[in-house]
Amino acid sequence: MSVVLESRALSKRYGRRQALTDCTLSIPAGRVAGLVGPNGAGKTTLLHLAVGLLAPTSGTIEVLGAPPPASPEQLARVGFVAQDTPTYAGLTVADHLKLGARMNPGWDAGLAQRRIASVALDPSQRAGKLSGGQRAQLALTLAIAKRPEYLILDEPVASLDPLARREFLQGLMEATAEHGVSVLISSHLVADLERVCDYLIVLTESRVQLTGDVDDLLASHRLLTGPRCDMAALPAEWHVISASHTDRQSTLLISTADPVGDTTWTVDQVSMEDLVLAYMSKAASTPGRNRTLEVQR
Amino acid sequence: MKRGALIEFHLDGRSGVSPYLQLIQQVRQALRLGMLTEGDQLPTVKDVVGRLAINPNTVLKAYRELEYEGLVAARPGVGTFVTRTLADESLAAHGELRAELQRWLARARRAGLDEESIEALILTTFRATMKEAI
Repeated sequence: MSVVLESRALSKRYGRRQALTDCTLSIPAGRVAGLVGPNGAGKTTLLHLAVGLLAPTSGTIEVLGAPPPASPEQLARVGFVAQDTPTYAGLTVADHLKLGARMNPGWDAGLAQRRIASVALDPSQRAGKLSGGQRAQLALTLAIAKRPEYLILDEPVASLDPLARREFLQGLMEATAEHGVSVLISSHLVADLERVCDYLIVLTESRVQLTGDVDDLLASHRLLTGPRCDMAALPAEWHVISASHTDRQSTLLISTADPVGDTTWTVDQVSMEDLVLAYMSKAASTPGRNRTLEVQR
Repeated sequence: MKRGALIEFHLDGRSGVSPYLQLIQQVRQALRLGMLTEGDQLPTVKDVVGRLAINPNTVLKAYRELEYEGLVAARPGVGTFVTRTLADESLAAHGELRAELQRWLARARRAGLDEESIEALILTTFRATMKEAI
C-alpha cells in the first residue's frame, strides 16, 4: 500500500519551545486521516511541515514521496486549507476562481463552477461579505478544484456552526468519494471527525500518543467495568490506558490483542471519543517527559 | 435525468452501533419489508457520504459486506444492485412468536418488573444467548 505522508523522528522547535517532538508517522493513501489534539498540541506545526511552510528542526518528512516543498509539481499535487479557511476579503467569489485557474496547472473549472452553484454561492459576492460557512465552502472549493492527490485541512470546521460544519464535511466527503483524494484533517474536537476519518493520529504536548487505522484501534481496545480491582494483579497482556476507581468499582480502558475472557468484567466496545480522551489523559498524567528533555538540552 | 434514490440512509449517533453496521441493517430491513427488491439500485457512495457526511470507506465496507452475503452485486462504474430479496418465509412465524412474547411480557409485569427492568432483562438475555450461539 502506498503512503502519502511519512515522517521519522520529526521535530520542530521555536526558540526554547518544542512544538513537535519525535513524530514518526506513516499514513497510507486513500484515507481520511484525523489529526486530533488539544489547542497548542502541535497540530498546525505538523501540518505546516507537511505542506512545506515550515522546515523541520530535526528528523525527516516526506509527502507524496518527497520532502516538501520539493517542486512546483509536488505543490500542485497537494491542496491546503489553512486555519480559519482564509480567503481574500476584497475579491469576489468569481475572482477567487479566476485566481485559482491562473495559479494551478491542474485547475478543474467545471468542478469549481458546479461546486459554487451547489453550495449556492453568489459569484459576484465579495468574500468579505460571506458567512463563515460560505467562506469555508469557498476555500474548500478552491482546494478541491485544484484536483490535488492529497488534501490537508487545518481545523476547517472549528469556527463553524453545526449546520455549516455538517455541510462542509458533506462536501469534503463527496469530493473524497468522487476523486479518491487522500485527506489529512485536524480538529481539537473528536466528535467532528468521528464519522469522517478512518485513520487517527492523536497529538498532545508535541508528541504523537496514538496512531493507526480506526477499525484496528477500536478492535484492540476495550472498556471494562467491574468490582474494585488490584491494578498489580491484572493480566500482563493488558495495557491499561486509563483507570478510575471508586471504593467498589473499577473502570479500565485497556489495549489487548486477545478477547477478555474474565467474566467478572463487563466488557464494552470503545468509541473513538473514549479512545482519544483516554490517550489524552494518559499523556497528561505522565508529566515531566518533555520537561526532562528540555533540562537535558 | 437521474432517478431518485430508492432508499435513504440515516444514522443514529446515540445507538452505539457503528455507522457501517447501521447501513447494513437498514439495507437488510428494506429487503425484509419489500422496500428494495431484485434489480433495485442502492444509493451511490457519493450520494450517501454527501448526505450523511461519513467516510466513503464506511459505505464501501458496508456494500462489500452485503455483497459477501449475496444480497447485492456491484457493477463497476454503474452502481450496486440488489440481487436477492430476503424471502418472507419467516414472516408466517411472526404472529405466533409475538403472541408468545406478549404472554411473557404479561407474566413479567405480574412478577413486578417495570419497563426498564424488562428491557434490561431482554437485552442481557438476548446478548448472552447470541454470544453462546457464536
